[in-house]
Amino acid sequence: MDGLLALYIFMLAAFTGYEIIAKVPVILHTPLMSGSNFVHGVVVVGAMLMLGSADTVLQQAIGFFAVALGAANAAGGYVVTERMLAMFKKKEGA
Amino acid sequence: MMSLPLYVQGAWFLGALLFIFGLKGMSSPASARKGIVLAGYGMLIAIAGTFLVPGLKNLALMVAALGLGGAAAWISGKKVKMTDMPQMVAIYNGMGGGAAAAIAAIEFAKGDAHSTVTTILAVLGALIGAVSFTGSCVAWAKLQGVLKKAIRLPAQNAVNVILALNAIGLGIAMVAFAPAKPELILFFFAISLILGLIVTLPIGGADMPVVISLFNAFTGLAVGFEGYVLGNPALIIAGIVVGAAGTLLTQLMAKAMNRPLSNILFTPMVASGPGEAISGSMKEVGPIDAAAMMRYASKVIIVPGYGMAVAHAQHKVWEMTSILEEAGVEVKFAIHPVAGRMPGHMNVLLAEAGVPYDKIFDLEEINGEFGQADVALIIGANDVVNPSARTDKASSIYGMPILNADQAQNVIVIKRGKGTGYSGVENALFYTDNCRMLYGDAQPMAGEIIQHLKAMG
Repeated sequence: MDGLLALYIFMLAAFTGYEIIAKVPVILHTPLMSGSNFVHGVVVVGAMLMLGSADTVLQQAIGFFAVALGAANAAGGYVVTERMLAMFKKKEGA
Repeated sequence: MMSLPLYVQGAWFLGALLFIFGLKGMSSPASARKGIVLAGYGMLIAIAGTFLVPGLKNLALMVAALGLGGAAAWISGKKVKMTDMPQMVAIYNGMGGGAAAAIAAIEFAKGDAHSTVTTILAVLGALIGAVSFTGSCVAWAKLQGVLKKAIRLPAQNAVNVILALNAIGLGIAMVAFAPAKPELILFFFAISLILGLIVTLPIGGADMPVVISLFNAFTGLAVGFEGYVLGNPALIIAGIVVGAAGTLLTQLMAKAMNRPLSNILFTPMVASGPGEAISGSMKEVGPIDAAAMMRYASKVIIVPGYGMAVAHAQHKVWEMTSILEEAGVEVKFAIHPVAGRMPGHMNVLLAEAGVPYDKIFDLEEINGEFGQADVALIIGANDVVNPSARTDKASSIYGMPILNADQAQNVIVIKRGKGTGYSGVENALFYTDNCRMLYGDAQPMAGEIIQHLKAMG
């Protein structure tokens, strides 16, 4: 990818991340940490691409490891975040 | 990358878009649930799109790995107790870091020629990802109670610095001598993994949430850097957004604890003496009197701490709150930013018990109100209500923002014994004239208070 273009993406993404969290109330910090943990689970896509182009057994083994870890990050992150957020209720919820 | 079909790139684009909308949704309690579901769809779309990449090899292996990792994490995530949530987040996060490092490892193993910038980012991502991987595993082990003590090497800081310099030096060598020889790659990864282990081992349990948050930001950055190496904007965006958000969140947490990040990483909290001598004595109170004090109050502020969650008392406390409210008492919950094991963890635990979030207030919102409260009820909290943090410069928690429970007319403390809190500092609040101690486990004590309240009608 064009190096400079990627630099722009880096900059804008960093700013976006900063803005998103700056307005989050303290009560949501734990779910948000967990939610952002889920989002970087997208690393599984990168892991799939690597495994998908692996040629040697060693590369396949590391790739398998990477995909399994990435999938666990994504699946686990989703489940725990969703469970926590499902519990937040306003009045009359009890 | 450039030759990928539009539907693959479109799927990744849609994924990145949904991640950002999802995270945005998570910034308000009302839309938070929708936010995570939206981000979840983003993930499914991004993964489905990846399967459509032309010429993808090892498909069976890929499906097996996805199924294995996904199912194991899904099941464990469904089962985990809310009190154990912090270590679960830590371990999932470590896995993401490990995945990012593994991606870099394959890239190095292939030995394809890359531009210098690409190699630098691949090395950086590998280093950060590897540190996050082993560091998060240690964080998990500590919070889970597998590792009980903080292990501190002699000359810990010097060892940390030497290891870090070694890792960086090896990283520079990887860039300078690219494509690197297998021995160099192996050595680089070994040192990086050990670095994460050694840096995290001496950090105490109380500081662990900040560390988990820091590693969360690390993994985000690692994913972003590997995204650059792979030429995948979805990974870059998701990774960097999380990296930036996580960095800010880490700073917020460190600030709430009044522990600069450098302190947390390099000078573990030591149990200091009580600083100033504390005069007075602790005065006991029974559950009947405690119940009466609250029943005939007009305003009660409850300060829950992690001790309440450990005692599984939150349901009883909510039942007690409902009875008090029916009797016309105004009840509010005051949450310290670091109550629980992560910022916001206490809110999750109260939400689980059914406490509506509009009754829960954070430090800045409620601190002005303690003066008008008849009773401050402290359950399983200690350091976060210690007035020494305001007054005693010799105390190791001096300067930490605290809940001003001591300003209430009466203070009732439900506590198991006379011990000190996490910091090991004696609590001056317990010795003040308006403070009464109710010794016992939080759950049976709350149960007894409920009985007496009911008897009072």
